[in-house]
Amino acid sequence: MLDALGIASVDELFKDIPESVRINGLTLPAGISEAEVVAKVRKVLGANKTPEKLPSFLGAGIYDHFIPAAVRAIQSRSEFYTSYTPYQPEISQGVLQSLFEYQSLVCELTGMDAANTSMYDWSTALGEAALMAHRIHGGKEFVASRAIGRERLQVLRSYTSGIGLAIKLVEFDANTGQVDLDILKSQIGPETCGVYFENPNFFGVFEEKVDEIRSIAPSVLVVGANPLSLAITRPPGDYGADIVIGEGQGLGNPPSFGGPLLGIFAVKKEHIRKMPGRIIGMSKDAEGKRAFCMTLQTREQHIRRQNATSNICTNEALVSIASAAYMAILGGSGLRKLAADNLTAARELARSINHLRRFKAPMFKAAHFNEFTVRSKIPYSRVHRELLRRGLHGGLSLEDRFPELGHVALFSTTDVHGEAERERLIKALGAIE
Amino acid sequence: MKYRQAYFDEPLLFEKGRSETQPVADGLLPRSLERKSLDIPNLPENDIVRHYTRLSEMSFGVDTGFYPLGSCTMKYNPKFAEELSSLPEAARIHPCQDEGTVQGALRLMFELQQMLMVIAGMDAVTLQPAAGAAGEFTGLLLAKAYHEDRGEHRTQVIVPDTAHGTNFASAAMAGYEVIEIPSKQGLVDLEALKTAVNSKTLAFMLTNPNTLGIFEPDILEIAEIVHGAGGLLYYDGANLNAIMGKTSPGRMNFDIVHFNLHKTFTTPHGGGGPGAGPVGVKEPLESYLPVPVIRQDGNEFKFDYDKPKTIGKVHSWYGNFGMFVRAYAYILRMGGDGLTKVSERAVLNANYLRSRLQKVLELPYQELRKHEFVLSCAKLKERGLRAADVAKRLMDFGFHPPTIYFPHLVDEAMMIEPTETESKETLDSFADAIDTILTESPEVLKSAPHNTAVSRVDEVMAARNPILSWRMWQEQKKAGGEKPQ
Repeated sequence: MLDALGIASVDELFKDIPESVRINGLTLPAGISEAEVVAKVRKVLGANKTPEKLPSFLGAGIYDHFIPAAVRAIQSRSEFYTSYTPYQPEISQGVLQSLFEYQSLVCELTGMDAANTSMYDWSTALGEAALMAHRIHGGKEFVASRAIGRERLQVLRSYTSGIGLAIKLVEFDANTGQVDLDILKSQIGPETCGVYFENPNFFGVFEEKVDEIRSIAPSVLVVGANPLSLAITRPPGDYGADIVIGEGQGLGNPPSFGGPLLGIFAVKKEHIRKMPGRIIGMSKDAEGKRAFCMTLQTREQHIRRQNATSNICTNEALVSIASAAYMAILGGSGLRKLAADNLTAARELARSINHLRRFKAPMFKAAHFNEFTVRSKIPYSRVHRELLRRGLHGGLSLEDRFPELGHVALFSTTDVHGEAERERLIKALGAIE
Repeated sequence: MKYRQAYFDEPLLFEKGRSETQPVADGLLPRSLERKSLDIPNLPENDIVRHYTRLSEMSFGVDTGFYPLGSCTMKYNPKFAEELSSLPEAARIHPCQDEGTVQGALRLMFELQQMLMVIAGMDAVTLQPAAGAAGEFTGLLLAKAYHEDRGEHRTQVIVPDTAHGTNFASAAMAGYEVIEIPSKQGLVDLEALKTAVNSKTLAFMLTNPNTLGIFEPDILEIAEIVHGAGGLLYYDGANLNAIMGKTSPGRMNFDIVHFNLHKTFTTPHGGGGPGAGPVGVKEPLESYLPVPVIRQDGNEFKFDYDKPKTIGKVHSWYGNFGMFVRAYAYILRMGGDGLTKVSERAVLNANYLRSRLQKVLELPYQELRKHEFVLSCAKLKERGLRAADVAKRLMDFGFHPPTIYFPHLVDEAMMIEPTETESKETLDSFADAIDTILTESPEVLKSAPHNTAVSRVDEVMAARNPILSWRMWQEQKKAGGEKPQ
């Protein structure tokens, strides 16, 4: 190739880089063999404790569910995972149809008309939803329940800082953990472009007065949900949500230390041209065969540049495909059974913990999904250490997030736990002095 | 090469079976919350696996064939990285786990940050942004925090006309007015830049080599102009594959840089994602990085949230950890010497292919390119043909088309990035295919592709009459509207 270019060495191809900015190689160790890489990375990762060694009751938006082997097999088809964004539809029908099906499944779960192919995660979906509410309504305030994850609130603030949207928080009822409707009313004004609450919320509590919230919210209603819960609960589309978001990781994807995740984003039909992200639509090819393609691209950065609805380009498409495969494998009845089983297991676990002398669970009087709050009489950090000592990882401490709640942690249980793990937890908690 | 993509008249999942909804057990939920039915079909696993296997055969990845998509760095994704990222020690750990139980993850992230700092010549790195555009947005929030901390309120971001669309969109999302400056001979016009910068300038966003594949030789002067006005210089890392070990954004006096792990460090693109867009900064910007940062304390690693000047968070947790494992493994495998060779080979491949193709298509601006080059198909218009026609026809030869109609300053642009992982034989066969295509009749090109699963897709119809879900389609069918099938 050098001959074809009429040059003696590859250095000549870099002669346009001035000496003043040159570096002479990289001060990194020399390359090693594949076998050595595998050994080294395994050794580094070996310091992590997986739930196999350390059963964990963490949730808080990220759930470790059992994943059927077929999901991984489907996701590992390298025609899927080594492809780029399907800009050329004729050669990408498989990816496009898979993503269209993902959108369709999300719409069934959420009760909405349309969904995009993904946002990065639940938090960035919330940020984008607030920006979209502003595009729709124009108001400069966004009202959000305080019973949401701290991380989501932080990302919401980052995403809305550019346009200077004010975030107004709504306290939860100390007794039920649900949105306090009087406070909600007091926070709403003519500048409110959107109202956001989660169902179930960060404490695992279901909001029951959804129709009341819809009637109070004057503008865009954004609902965040654990998508699995929607298999058995009333979909937000049913009570008038304009935008539904959520974390799709739990649908067939491992926790992966918090990423890659899957930001679900679904909307009512009337809002589709204001949506962020990639959307797949159904069309025809030149011979009249059904075909799919990316559509409404004039919303997107590569065409509309600074007037795009979002800057998002690379998203989480492969996670969407895995989630769709997972939903398909479980099917409607499988998803409903899983949701019901998780709810029941969490309820029974809370009941058992509540019987222990030093604990109350859940602290809120309301229906819960797959997680719940546990209040202890001693600092939770001590409970946490004691559990670790007994080979268990307890829930997430809420002491710094919601200091007014006292010694409280958020516990979750899913189908990766058997009775044995839950029994161990109850026994370990009971043994703490 | 002859190519024939598989085609299956594969129904949608929803068309393959029925949903059957069992009622939820009594007392499980308050009545007002209960959902009565869920319209997701129940199908045998075997049918679902076949469904997706067929769909995968109607897709095209780097593993299928050459994928010279400009600015996307579609290199081979090594299999060991895939395997390592799916180990339970990587995949099954929870982001809220006690730090003492995830020391491996923290070490890996810490060491990956160190590696990226060396490669880019930066003083600190955050791994949190989930993609390149998220990295840009993060970088601009960092620039904003930096200026505001100095009591300066700046309102404009300058972007050259060759920039990626995300640069414009990220600047707008961060709340800035975008000032676009024209290029001169495919390079930043220094006079235009001097006119554009002032006390309102937050930052100038640039990639070097630029999207034409041309190295900006006046980069130090560019930096001086921007810094002279008090602005910061932002490096779009999409084109980092061209320069590793030869120069670095730090050496070129950039203040902020984002990396695309899914480009340079070969984590797979996944049909559109996930990626990862870490951001590196020079020391004066370090205190604004997102929380948490990782600290090393002897042999132990800890998350540090105590950063009073932080911009906050841009992702729920720490970023796309699964991608970090792959990139870390890849960098270990290549080493410093290997990564330098990666760039050498990427640039050699691009220039070789450029030298072949400039004989048959127009190459605007100078000859020497880095990892990619942009041709113009404008002359084909005389024959009634466009860049898209060549692109569509390339699929019939088993090649994924290059990026087309970008950058905008080249008429009928075709942007080609072969990457370092392709052999001379592959490059030759691609160039041969273009040679052949250019001799074919316009009718053949206009009606291409012929050998893909479907022929040209009506994108206008899809946008005019959006059918974005099974549900929307069912409604349209009921309403008797225009329907695809």
